[in-house]
Amino acid sequence: MSEVKKIATRESYGNALVELGQEHENLVVLDADLAAATKTGTFKKAFPDRHIDCGIAECNMMGIAAGLSTTGKVPFASTFAMFAAGRAFEQVRNSIGYPHLNVKIGATHAGISVGEDGATHQCNEDIALMRSIPGMVVINPSDDVEAKAAVKAAYEYEGPVYLRFGRLAAPVINDNADYKFEIGKGVTLREGKDLTIVATGLCVSASLEAAEKLAADGVNAKVINIHTIKPLDEELIIAAAKETGKVVTVEEHSVIGGLGSAVCDCLSEKAPTQVLKIGVNDVFGESGPAVKLLEKYGLDAAGIYEKVKAFIK
Amino acid sequence: MNKLELQKTANEIRKGIVTAVHSAKAGHPGGSLSAADLFTYLYFEEMNIDPKDPKKADRDRFVLSKGHTAPGLYSTLAQRGYFPVEDLVTLRHIGSYLQGHPDMKHIPGVDMSSGSLGQGISAAVGMALSAKMSGEDYRVYTLLGDGEIQEGQVWEASMFAGHRKLDNLVVIVDNNGLQIDGAIDDVCSPYPIDKKFEAFNFHVINVADGNDFDQLAAAFAEAKATKGMPTAIIMKTVKGKGVSFMENNVAWHGAAPNDEQYAVAMEDLKKVGEALCQK
Repeated sequence: MSEVKKIATRESYGNALVELGQEHENLVVLDADLAAATKTGTFKKAFPDRHIDCGIAECNMMGIAAGLSTTGKVPFASTFAMFAAGRAFEQVRNSIGYPHLNVKIGATHAGISVGEDGATHQCNEDIALMRSIPGMVVINPSDDVEAKAAVKAAYEYEGPVYLRFGRLAAPVINDNADYKFEIGKGVTLREGKDLTIVATGLCVSASLEAAEKLAADGVNAKVINIHTIKPLDEELIIAAAKETGKVVTVEEHSVIGGLGSAVCDCLSEKAPTQVLKIGVNDVFGESGPAVKLLEKYGLDAAGIYEKVKAFIK
Repeated sequence: MNKLELQKTANEIRKGIVTAVHSAKAGHPGGSLSAADLFTYLYFEEMNIDPKDPKKADRDRFVLSKGHTAPGLYSTLAQRGYFPVEDLVTLRHIGSYLQGHPDMKHIPGVDMSSGSLGQGISAAVGMALSAKMSGEDYRVYTLLGDGEIQEGQVWEASMFAGHRKLDNLVVIVDNNGLQIDGAIDDVCSPYPIDKKFEAFNFHVINVADGNDFDQLAAAFAEAKATKGMPTAIIMKTVKGKGVSFMENNVAWHGAAPNDEQYAVAMEDLKKVGEALCQK
């Protein structure tokens, strides 16, 4: 097997901003002293006059972004997921969400794959927080191709968007020629009749790998990539649930309030189906290399495979 | 507008505040009344605005960071012609566009939704920064409560505004001395307010009487002449100004007058109006 290309989606974020910045004068980028980590440093280098470092003050950054957007600029406010969705939650809700302003939030370092920094910086709650805000679009891309497409789609979309990116290099899985990104449209990556695995973000590639292992045991799993958690592609999920029965959700996020909850909200009402939620089980993370943490918390291909096997028994 | 006309307009705005809050049976009359003269000065004298074109691109902006005093802003916008004065009685009623706190999506003339304290100033800073980035010359005004500046975000925003030398930004602090729980220096003193803004690289103007139009005019002229740094106007005002039983009484921070109290309040304001007409 040839070496799979890997790139962290935070890198894709920075690169996409530079490309978009060349086309659109009104695009501005904000940071809170983390431009080197959020990878918007590349934008800062290319367009120093359109990069605004707010210092270590995320709440103010969200408010400044709101103000900028009322004058026709399209701000991308960038910081770690913990501070974007966590610390600045109420600013995002009241200053951006309530007036439905055209602000894009680029949240990097989501999930436990932050690694060594440990629990204080590993945000497993951001999807839950952001999807509870009326009118907020929540996107969690799975790889470089999808992340760049998502940033461009977010720019084109009029309204608030939360974009979730990772620190860890993720395998490129969407480099097929006919790949198309549309906000709110899930992507079926693998057909199967025995169960459906609905995955998002970093966990999509691990879910595909788990599906291959299951196939070797004679279990054929359909795999759906849900890059947009809100609005959720309910049609696709309901159809899959009706077709395969059992559904498994996989995400690098708490099992409370994230993709798994969104899928259950939909299915419990419209197509009651047994759902297994794989994610971070209502615990804080810890320090360690990202890959080891994903393994320990059962979010790698082997962990997903084991849990699915037990579920379908 | 001359001083007498401004005074008469402010008195009509005060009537609108009391009427709206009475009709709503809830709301914040005290801080609306203390800032009524400031609202009047901004919307009838200072700001480049057009009620017929509320969103015109080069307009000056106003953000009511102390959003709970929405009745003051709404009454001013109505008097200025953004929407009918008659609509003020729908304040806080179900189905009305006049929400309890400013809602830019539905209220003509409201430049930013606000109400959660400490947040409006950041949006105002964003607007001022945008003008600087694009080389536009509109100005941005934001009104904060003296209790509101207990919020840390106010100082994040001020640090940024000072750092970026946003001389198109005017931060006004309505120093009426009272917040819901009592006197601001009993609850958690923000004093000295002027020295704090100075330390954040603002040009600071202390206004001894923020209910006096001559003093407001002098302060805003000085703000406009200030280059290279943002201006903070710290204005001493009387909470509940114009309604005898509300003045300097913390009980009227967030309470509505009953029918009897409403009659007394309107009588107070009627007398003020009559006295102004004798001038």
